Amino acid sequence: MSNNTQQCSVCRLRDLIPGSGIAVWTPAGPVAIFYLPEQTPSMYGISHHDPFSGANVLARGITGDLKGHLVVASPIYKQHFDLRTGVCLEDENVRIPTYQVHVDGGDVLVDVPAEEDEAATA
Amino acid sequence: MSKKNLIVVGNGMVGHHFLEQFVVSDVATEYRILVFGEEKQLAYDRVHLSEYFAGSTHADLAMGTADWYASNGIDLHLNEQVTAIDRVRKIVTTPRGDYSYDELVLATGSYPFVPPIDGRDRNHCFVYRTLKDLDAIRASAQGGKTGVVVGGGLLGLEAANALKSLGLEAHVVEFAPRLMPVQLDAEGGALLRQKIEDLGVSVHTEKATTAIVEGEAARLRMTFSDDTHLETDLIVFSAGIRPQDTLARASGLEVGERGGIVVNNQCTTSDPHIHAIGECALWNQRIFGLVAPGYTMARTLAAALNKDSSAAFTGADMSTKLKLLGVDVGSIGDAHGQTPGARNIRFNDEQAGYYRRMVVSNDGKKLLGAILVGDNSKYDTLLQYALNGIDLPANPESLILPDSEGGAPALGPDALPEGATICSCHNVSKGDICSAIDAGCSDLGSVKGETRASTGCGGCTALLKTVVDSELAKRGVSVSKDLCEHFPYTRQELFHLVRVNGIRTFGTLISQHGKGHGCDICKPAVASILASCWNEHILATDHVPLQDTNDTFMANMQKNGTYSIVPRVPGGEITPDKLIALGEVAKEYDLYTKITGGQRVDLFGATLSELPEIWEKLIAAGFETGHAYGKALRTVKSCVGSTWCRYGVQDSVGMAIELENRYKGLRAPHKVKMAVSGCTRECAEAQSKDFGVIATDKGWNLYICGNGGMRPRHADLFATDLSDEELIRTIDRVVMFYVRTADRLQRTSVWMENLEGGIDYLKQVVLKDSLGICTELDQHMADIVSTYQCEWKTAVENPEQRKRFREFVNATEQKDPVQQWTEERGQRRPLADPA
Ligand code: SRM
Ligand SMILES: Cc1cc2nc3c(=O)[nH]c(=O)nc-3n(C[C@H](O)[C@H](O)[C@H](O)COP(=O)(O)OP(=O)(O)OC[C@H]3O[C@@H](n4cnc5c(N)ncnc54)[C@H](O)[C@@H]3O)c2cc1C
Ligand code: SF4
Ligand code: FES
Repeated sequence: MSNNTQQCSVCRLRDLIPGSGIAVWTPAGPVAIFYLPEQTPSMYGISHHDPFSGANVLARGITGDLKGHLVVASPIYKQHFDLRTGVCLEDENVRIPTYQVHVDGGDVLVDVPAEEDEAATA
Repeated sequence: MSKKNLIVVGNGMVGHHFLEQFVVSDVATEYRILVFGEEKQLAYDRVHLSEYFAGSTHADLAMGTADWYASNGIDLHLNEQVTAIDRVRKIVTTPRGDYSYDELVLATGSYPFVPPIDGRDRNHCFVYRTLKDLDAIRASAQGGKTGVVVGGGLLGLEAANALKSLGLEAHVVEFAPRLMPVQLDAEGGALLRQKIEDLGVSVHTEKATTAIVEGEAARLRMTFSDDTHLETDLIVFSAGIRPQDTLARASGLEVGERGGIVVNNQCTTSDPHIHAIGECALWNQRIFGLVAPGYTMARTLAAALNKDSSAAFTGADMSTKLKLLGVDVGSIGDAHGQTPGARNIRFNDEQAGYYRRMVVSNDGKKLLGAILVGDNSKYDTLLQYALNGIDLPANPESLILPDSEGGAPALGPDALPEGATICSCHNVSKGDICSAIDAGCSDLGSVKGETRASTGCGGCTALLKTVVDSELAKRGVSVSKDLCEHFPYTRQELFHLVRVNGIRTFGTLISQHGKGHGCDICKPAVASILASCWNEHILATDHVPLQDTNDTFMANMQKNGTYSIVPRVPGGEITPDKLIALGEVAKEYDLYTKITGGQRVDLFGATLSELPEIWEKLIAAGFETGHAYGKALRTVKSCVGSTWCRYGVQDSVGMAIELENRYKGLRAPHKVKMAVSGCTRECAEAQSKDFGVIATDKGWNLYICGNGGMRPRHADLFATDLSDEELIRTIDRVVMFYVRTADRLQRTSVWMENLEGGIDYLKQVVLKDSLGICTELDQHMADIVSTYQCEWKTAVENPEQRKRFREFVNATEQKDPVQQWTEERGQRRPLADPA
C-alpha cells in the first residue's frame, strides 16, 4: 500500500456479518468488506465491483476456501476472487483492487487511495 | 529440408478428427497443413446439430478452436470452397487462388438429396444439414404454423422434432409404407408411428409428392400422386444423403455408380496421392452415413500416411441407438435377418408399448441383429452380444423378455471380453479402458480425457461409466463421489449425518465431518439439507453465510445487481384486487412487469434496499413469498377444471391450490414443479412437471419425474385413480424420499433415472412400503408442513434482518452507480452495457 492512502470510517463492527460480506461506499467507490472470525486477519476488503458482469455485487457472494486460497464467489457468474490478493482463480489476468481494513474501538476503517490520487488511478 | 504440403478439403467432423490424429503423429513435422472449409464456421458437431434449436451456439458445438489450429501450425481457410483439382500439376483451386499439394485428403462429407419435385426451389423449402440451414429454418418458422418434413428416416424424424420445438405443427411425409424403413421392420415401424402420432406429429406414409405450389390457407401446398394435398408454411427435405464427390468426379477419380469416391482399405483413391474419408468415401461399395466409421477412416489414413503397414479400414458397425421425439429406437447389425438361415425371436408388448426383435444365427448360438422400439434398456447388452460374438445363453429369449417374465439381467461389465468395443466413435475397447486405469486414471473424467471414450456421439456414456466403476472397484479404488474438497461425502450421506446426529449448523458439520472453511458448492448444499431437516428460517444468523445471494435476499439477482420479485399465486388463481395491488406496487417502484411461464407475475429491477419495503406492501395486500429464488416448490400450475370447463371432471384449481399451499417453502435438492389438469386434454401440461396430476372420472392419476428445461422428459405414470387423500399421501412420500436421497442440484427426473430399479423400485418403496420407512416419511412431511412460515413476512417484521437489505451500509442515500436504465415498450429496463 502506498503512502497516498486515507483512512475512512465506514461502519460499526456490529454492522458486519460473521462469515459473510457487506458493501460500503468510500471515496474510491464501492468496497466489499468480509468478516471471517475464524481467520487471521478476520477482515478483508476488496472492490465490490464484479469485473465479469459489471455489477456491484461481490459483497453478496459466498466465502470459502479453494485450493488454499481464501475466496469469495461472484454471485452472478460464480468466478472466485482471492480475498488477500484480488486475483481471480479462473483467470489470473484479472485482478481486482484490495483494501486494508482495521478496527478502532467499534469502528471499521478502510484504507483507500487518497482523493487527490483518484484522477491518476481512475 | 523444405516441407511437403498436405491439403485437407472439407472442415467437417471427419476432417477435423483426421487433423487431430495427424498433427500428433511422427510424420507431421514433414508437412505444412492447409485446410479448406466451405462453411463459414470451424468444424462443429453435426450429430448434435439439433441442439442448436435448444439454445446451443456454434461455440458449444465446435470441435476445436481457431487457437488449436494456429498453435498446430495449420493454415485454416474457412468460407473458401475448393472448386477444382488439377491432378497432373497437383494443384487445388479456390475462388481466391491456387494451392499446390503433395498429399490431398478429401473429407467433403455428403449433401442432402432433394427429390426432383416441381416447386422444390420455392421460398420456405429447406434441407437439414448445416448451421446455415437451421438459421434459415428458424427464420421461416417465425410467423408459420405448420411444417412438413419430406422423409421419415432417422434424420427426417429428428427434423420433425426440431420443427415441433420451434412451435410448429409437424407432419412427416414418407414414400415407403413405414417409418425408418432402413432400420425397422413392419411391426417396429408401426409402433414407432403410433408413438410419434401420440406426440402430436402427423405421419403420412405411402405418399409421393408430385408438386409444391402456392398454398391457400398456408404458404405452400404439396400435392400427392393420390390426388390429395397438404398445406404447410415450410418444408424440410430429408430424403437421404448423397456423397459429395463433385470434385473427385470432375478430376477423373474413380467414383461409384451411385456416387461416392472409391477408396481402398487405406482410404486412398484411384490416385495414390489423393485420399478420401468420411461420408464422401465409398468402401467396398458402401457409404457410411454415421460419424464413427468416418472417424475410423480418419485414424486409418493418419496411420497409413505414417507408413503403418497394418493400417486398414475393414468396414464398420452401423448399429444405432436413438431417442426420436422421446421415443427409444435401436437397430443392431443384421436387423432385417438377411443372413441365410437366420431365425427371429420377437416380443411385442402392445400394452406397455414396446417391441423387441432378435435375429439369431441358425444354430441359435450368436446374435446377428436386433430391433428395439419403445425401450432401449436392452440395447447395450444386445449390442455387446452381437459385436463381440458372445455365445447366447441357452434360452436367448430371456434377453428381451421383461424382467418379471424371467428376463435375464443386463450383461455385466465383467462378462465383456477385453476386446469389446465400448466407444465406437473413438474406437475404445474395454482393454483400452483397463490400460488407462492401470496407467493411473482414477476416475471417469480422467479415463474420458485419456481415451476420449464417450466424447463423440455420447451413446456409450452409461456403458463407459459401468465399466470404469467396475474396473476401479476391482482394483480397490473407491469411486470418488465427494461433494467438494471440503466434504468426503455425497449429499445423501451428508443428509444422513445431519439427520441422525441432529446437526443444526454448518460449523458443527464441517468441524465434525469435513475440513477447511467450505465453498460455494457445499455451503448452499448443506443449507438446503439443514432447511429440509429442520425448516428454520433461512435468514437465521448461522445460515446467512451459506446461502446463494438469491436465498440470502429472498429474491433473484439480475445481471445488473438488482432483484426480481415473484409473489406466490397458488394455482395461478388471483383476485382482481390482488392484481391491482401488484400493479400499484410495480408502478410505485417502476418495476418491469412480466407474466411468467409459471402462471404468476414477476416484477424486475428492485434494488436491495427496496426489497423489504416492497414486500411490506405485498404482504399487506395478502401475498406470500413465491420461493422463485429457492431450490424449493415453485408453482403448481392448474387448468380451469370442472368449475368452468365443459370437459373438466375434477376441480383442478382447487387441488392445485391445496398442493401449492401444502408444499410451499419445502427445501429440496433442486426446484420442484407441479401441475394439475382437470381432464385428459391436459391443458396444465402436468406431464412435463416433477409431479403431474391429471383428473379421471374416478379421481386422479399421478405422473412423476418429468421436467422441461435443458433436457425435457415426460413424467411417468406412477399411480391411477387416487382419492384426494391418497394423492397427497403419495406425493408426500415421493417428495420426501427425493429430498432425502437425491444428489445436489438433481431434478427428480435424473434422480429417478439414477435410482437403481428406477420407477418400479420407487413404487415398491412408496406404494408397498418395501423399506418400512413410509411412516417416517409421513411424519417428516407433517413436521415441515406445520412449521411453514412466509420468510418474507418474518424478515420484514424483524428490524435486525431488515438491516441486511442496504446496498451500502454507511450511505443509505447512495445509489448504485452502475445501475443505468432505459425505456422499452413502455417499461424500464437495464441499459445494455453500463460504463
Ligand atoms: C421468470 C421465468 C421466465 C418467464 O419470464 O416466464 C423463469 C426465469 C428463470 N429461470 Fe426458469 N423461469 C421460468 C419458468 C421456467 C420453466 C417453465 C415452467 O415452470 O412452467 C422452465 C421449464 C420447466 C422445468 O423447469 O421443468 C424453466 C426452466 C429453467 C431452468 C432449467 C431447469 C432444468 O432442469 O433443466 C433453469 C436453470 C436451473 O434451474 O438450474 C431456470 C432458471 C431460471 C432463472 C432462475 C435463472 C437465473 O438463475 O437467473 C430465471 C430467474 C427468474 C428471475 O430472475 O425472476 N429455469 N423455467 C419463469 C418463472 C416461473 C415462475 O413463476 O416461477
Ligand atoms: C441432423 C443430423 C444428425 C445426425 N445424427 C447422427 C447420429 O446420431 N449419429 C451419427 O453417427 N451420425 C449422425 N449424423 C451424421 C454425421 O453428422 C456425419 O456422419 C458426419 O458429420 C460426417 O462427417 P464428414 O466430415 O464426413 O462430413 P461433414 O461433417 O458433412 O463435413 C464435410 C465438410 O466439407 C465441406 N465441403 C464439402 N465440399 C467442399 C469443398 N469443395 N471445399 C471446401 N469444403 C467442402 C462441407 O461444407 C462440410 O463442412 C447426423 C447428421 C445430421 C445432419
Ligand atoms: S384440461 Fe380439461 S378441464 Fe382443464 S381446461 Fe383443458 S379441457 Fe378443460
Ligand atoms: S460411441 Fe459415440 S461417443 Fe462413444
